[in-house]
Amino acid sequence: MNFLRKTLDKVKPNFEKGGKFYFLHSTFDAMETFLFVPNKVTRTGAHIRDFMDMKRNMIIVFIALLPALFFGIWNTGNHHFLAIGEEPTFWGNVLYGLKKIIPLYIVVYAVGGAIEVAFAQIRKHEVNEGLFVTGMLIPLIVPADIPLWMLAIATAFAILIGKEIFGGTGMNILNPALTARAFLFFAYPAWMSGDKVWISGMMSGENIVDGFSGATLLSQAAAGTTNFVNGLGQSVTLSDMFWGFIPGSVGETSVAAILIGAFILILTGVGSWKIMLSTLIGGITMGLLLNIFAVNSYMALPWYEHLLLGGFAFGLVFMATDPVTAAQTEKGKYIYGFLIGFLAILIRVLNPAYPEGMMLAILLMNVFAPLIDYMVIQSNIKKRIKRLQKINS
Amino acid sequence: MLSKKNIKLLVDPINKNNPITVQVLGICSALAVTVKMKPAFVMALSVIFVVAVSNFIISLLRNGIPKRIRIIVQLVVIASLVIIVDQFLKAYVFDVSKQLSVFVGLIITNCIVMGRLEAFAMSNSPGRSFLDGIGNGAGYGAILIIVSFFRELFGSGTIWNYHVIPQSWYQAGYSNNGLMILPPMALIIVGIIIWVQRGKNRDLIEKN
Repeated sequence: MNFLRKTLDKVKPNFEKGGKFYFLHSTFDAMETFLFVPNKVTRTGAHIRDFMDMKRNMIIVFIALLPALFFGIWNTGNHHFLAIGEEPTFWGNVLYGLKKIIPLYIVVYAVGGAIEVAFAQIRKHEVNEGLFVTGMLIPLIVPADIPLWMLAIATAFAILIGKEIFGGTGMNILNPALTARAFLFFAYPAWMSGDKVWISGMMSGENIVDGFSGATLLSQAAAGTTNFVNGLGQSVTLSDMFWGFIPGSVGETSVAAILIGAFILILTGVGSWKIMLSTLIGGITMGLLLNIFAVNSYMALPWYEHLLLGGFAFGLVFMATDPVTAAQTEKGKYIYGFLIGFLAILIRVLNPAYPEGMMLAILLMNVFAPLIDYMVIQSNIKKRIKRLQKINS
Repeated sequence: MLSKKNIKLLVDPINKNNPITVQVLGICSALAVTVKMKPAFVMALSVIFVVAVSNFIISLLRNGIPKRIRIIVQLVVIASLVIIVDQFLKAYVFDVSKQLSVFVGLIITNCIVMGRLEAFAMSNSPGRSFLDGIGNGAGYGAILIIVSFFRELFGSGTIWNYHVIPQSWYQAGYSNNGLMILPPMALIIVGIIIWVQRGKNRDLIEKN
């Protein structure tokens, strides 16, 4: 550690104003603060001393995502070997999953990092950590087989149009990771929806077992059957859904792994439990409402199954709670979360064009979050004015 | 005729005072007709014709129009011109006319036309109004063509209906970008044009 510190101190003057590599100063700054706690002290205004700077915040989200990532790696391999009719083994699954997932991460971080660094140099600010989590999230919400060039374009679009245009990390209206996914979903629907993309190897036409179906449970539900079966035609139990032995995007399938992440986020206070809770309640409410008016088997799907399927759990824990794009006021968080859950299930069940509604629901509420905050603040002002009038009269 | 002042009338709306990217008028049709270049081009020509000629006619009549009914008079002129354009397109380029569908008719409500009549033709001479109309129509058309170029190239892989992206790319796994065909992408491209334009010409950035 000491050696590292000394080397850094030695080369630092080169990157300061007037130095040879000044144009790379934000890159240097990023590396330095990545390795060591920054020694900058706020000079003005009242502030609270806390070790939780943005980097530590992001690292915790990163750690919280690891269980879902590890499970996703295993699950990618597992479904692949089931589909080609080989006996899945633990290490075989992991190796295959790594082979598929690592390129996704390389592409996302290379493209996103290049854009982020370029903007940091041009705008003369530090390289922001937001990319760290965004880059971690993007591969988890796409199918493992997504072509890398599509992923590269989507990442560039998300970082550029979703974030940098609005001023970089902390200024964006839409969640960048979901922007990338929405871009892929609308731009290349053949690779983002349907029955083949969710199981690695099916799109490239490897030797798939006869009769093997890669339909996700949600597309089965949309097709009108709620007696879910897996690719081989065996029925899927509730515990399969909970543990995540179902096809889907890389990181979204295992509710158990996501719950571990949720605990980490809630315990450290990084993710808002209010948003998680209200999203959950919103989803349950819509699920129950649909059950009351059930005219087809999808609407009659029990509410707890909705929570286990598709991206609901993943979006609830990692996307809805994004501190930048969520509502900021405490009351607003309840409204924001509730509507996400409510709309997600509504879109999922009643709109045949979109098998999953979580992405669109979160993006929509991202847009409305500032309005919700405004409403909450205004109503608070009104309440206090009324109180004042009461006292005065 | 082509004094410096008059050339300014023609050139200004194409860049510095562009109806779409600076005045933010006529956005709706820019979203709707820019999927392919050909309809966008025809639309651009139609708008140039309507703005220029209606500017000219209204400018001729400007001293005789009673103030209180001027909008109705303007609308009558615009509507007649649009009907002429519509019939002309139906007669000579029927397929494009079908693609443009209602949007030719909707030139009547295009804010650029009304805007120029109110802001310019009502208080300037016919010749200058005519040039102003051509300039504004061209400014609108230029954006339409830029947007449609990118939308057609990436959304359909063609330019002016000719395939420019080789078949071998498709076999190698390339596919057209479906988002480009959807209207939101037109808005995003217009946004990027606004970004680039204001990045180059910093005077255009609004102060708030």
